[in-house]
Amino acid sequence: MKKREQTILLKKQPKIIGSYSIVGPKEGEGNFGPYFDYVMKNDCFGESTFEKAERKMLESAITGVIQKAKLSPKDIDMMISGDLLNQIISSSYAARAFEFPFLGVYGACSTMAESMAVASVLIDGGYCKNIVCCTGSHFSTAERQYRFPLELGNQRPPTSQWTITGAGSCILSLEGQGPRVTSVTFGKVVDWGINDVNNMGAAMAPAARDTMLNHFKNTNTTPDDYDLIITGDLGKLGSEILIDLMDDEGITLGTNYGDCGQMYFKREQKTLCGGSGAGCCATVFNSYIMTKFRDGQYKKILFMPTGALLSSTSSQQGDTIPGVCHAVVIEA
Amino acid sequence: MEDKKRNEQYNSYVKAKIPKTKPWPSLFNSFLVGGIICLIGQGINDLLMLAFPAMSQQSAWAYTLIILIFIASFLTGIGVYDQIGKFAGGGSIVPITGFSNSIASPSIEFKSEGIIYGICVKMFTIAGPVIVFGTISSIVVGLIYWIISLF
Amino acid sequence: MEMFLDYLWVFLIGGTICAIGELLIITTNITSARILVTFVLVGVFLEAVGVYDYISDFAKAGVNVPIIGFGASLARGAIGAVKTHGLLGAFTGGLTATAGGIAAAVGFAFLFALIFKSHTKK
Repeated sequence: MKKREQTILLKKQPKIIGSYSIVGPKEGEGNFGPYFDYVMKNDCFGESTFEKAERKMLESAITGVIQKAKLSPKDIDMMISGDLLNQIISSSYAARAFEFPFLGVYGACSTMAESMAVASVLIDGGYCKNIVCCTGSHFSTAERQYRFPLELGNQRPPTSQWTITGAGSCILSLEGQGPRVTSVTFGKVVDWGINDVNNMGAAMAPAARDTMLNHFKNTNTTPDDYDLIITGDLGKLGSEILIDLMDDEGITLGTNYGDCGQMYFKREQKTLCGGSGAGCCATVFNSYIMTKFRDGQYKKILFMPTGALLSSTSSQQGDTIPGVCHAVVIEA
Repeated sequence: MEDKKRNEQYNSYVKAKIPKTKPWPSLFNSFLVGGIICLIGQGINDLLMLAFPAMSQQSAWAYTLIILIFIASFLTGIGVYDQIGKFAGGGSIVPITGFSNSIASPSIEFKSEGIIYGICVKMFTIAGPVIVFGTISSIVVGLIYWIISLF
Repeated sequence: MEMFLDYLWVFLIGGTICAIGELLIITTNITSARILVTFVLVGVFLEAVGVYDYISDFAKAGVNVPIIGFGASLARGAIGAVKTHGLLGAFTGGLTATAGGIAAAVGFAFLFALIFKSHTKK
C-alpha cells in the first residue's frame, strides 16, 4: 500500500463481484429505469410506515446482491452501510436480519463511495475477504425529517432536488471476476459558506472541487484519463458550478463528466434540479455504470459522490452547510 | 479572513448562477386559486344567510370558516390539497384553508408515531407560530385599547 | 347584476391578497408558516386601526377568507371584550372570537389524521 496524502493506491485491488439496485416507481420511470434490478410498485413496499419500507429496501438489496454474486450469507465477512435517517436506523435495523458484522457509516449522499472506500482498504489490508456495501434513501422519510409534511401545500424552490427512493448494494471481494477498485481518495470537509438548504448543489460543489484536485494531483492523472467522471447529486446547478470551479483551476471537465442526480429524471418528471439523496448515486452506480462495465464500454472511471453534512437543527440555527466528497477509481 | 472573502465571493457567484424563474405564471395561478377559494367562501356564506335568515352575519361567517376548514382538512387527508398547493403556491396558503392544511398535514404525517406523540404533539409544528403570534398580538391590542379607555 | 359585482370584487381582492403572498414567497423564499404569521399580523393591525370594517364591507369573503380575517377577528374580539369586561377582556377576547376556527381546525385535523395516511408526492 502506497500512501500519498489523501489518496490510497490499492495493491490488491478488490473486485466488485456483484451489484444490485432497487428503486421506487417514480425512479423506475426515469432515465435509468431499464437498468434497475427491481422497481417497487409503490413507495410503501408493503410496510406500514415509510421508515420500515426504507429498511426493507436495504434488506432486499443486501439479499439480492448476495444471490446475484452467487454467494451465501456465510461468505460475507462484513457489511458496511449507511443512509440518511437520524442515527442511520435504516442500515442498522436492516443489519439486524443478517448474521455478519456491521459497520455503520454516514457521509450523507456520499455514503456509497465512503462505504466502498472503507471496504476496499479493509480488503487491501488483508483483513476481510468479502464485504457488502449498501446505501439507500427514501423520499418520504427524508422529506419529513429534513423538510415539511408530505401533505403540506407548499411549492418547491427552483434549486431544490428530489430525494431518490432506492437502495443500491455491491460486494467487494479479494477474489473473483469484476471491475477492480484501484485507488480511493478520502475527502476533507469543505464549507464555503452556503446556508440555503434548498441549494445543496452549491454547498457541495466546493467539496467535489477539493477532492478532485487532490485526486488528480496524487494520481498524476487528468480528466482525459477517465472514460467517465461521475459525481453523485450535485444536480443541474451544482454540476454547472463544479465545471466553473474546475475551469478556474485550469482543468476542463468535458463530455466525460456527468452527475447522477442531473441525469436521473426525465424533464417531464418535474424534479427541478434533479435527484439527490444517498440512494441517488448508489442506484445509478450499481445498475447503469456496472452494466456499462460489463459491456466493456467503460475501462476506467472516477466515482466521486458528494454529501452535505447538515442536520435540520444546524440549519435552523443558521449554520452554513459543510460538504464532503470521497472518490473511488474503478478499472475494468 | 481570506476564507471569509472567498465565501462571500462564492455566495454572490452562486446567487447569480441560480436560474431565474418568471414570476408571472405563478402569480397568476395563486391569484386565480386564491380568488376561487374566496368565491367559494362567499357562496357558502350567502347560502347560509338564504337558508337561515335569522342567523347573524357574524355567526354566518363563523360557520363559513368552519365549513372551509372542514373541506381543506378533508382534501389534505385524501392527498389533494398538496397538489393544489403545488400549482397555486400562495393562493392556497394565504386563505384560512392553508391554515387548516398546515395543521392537518403534520397530524396525518406523524400518525405513525402514535396518537399522543405523533398526532397531538406534531399538530402545531407549522401552525403553532400563527396561534402564538395571533394571541400575543390580540393581547397587545386589547391592552392598548384598555389603556386608551382609561383616559 | 349587483350580486355579480359583489362576487367580482370578492374574486379580485381575494386573488390579489393571495398573489401578494406568492410574491413574498418568490422574492424572499420564506416558508408558509412565516407567510401565515405575516398575514395574521396584517389583519390584527388593520382591525386595530379601524380600517378593516370598511374593507370588509365591500370585499366580504375577499378579506374574510384569507387569514387576514382571522387576525382581524382576534383584534376585534380583544377590543370588544375590553369594552365589556375591562382588563380581563384583553386576555380572553382574542381567543374567544377565533375559538370556532381553531377548534374546527384542531378537531378536523385530528379526525382525518385518524382516518387517512399521508401520500407520497408524485
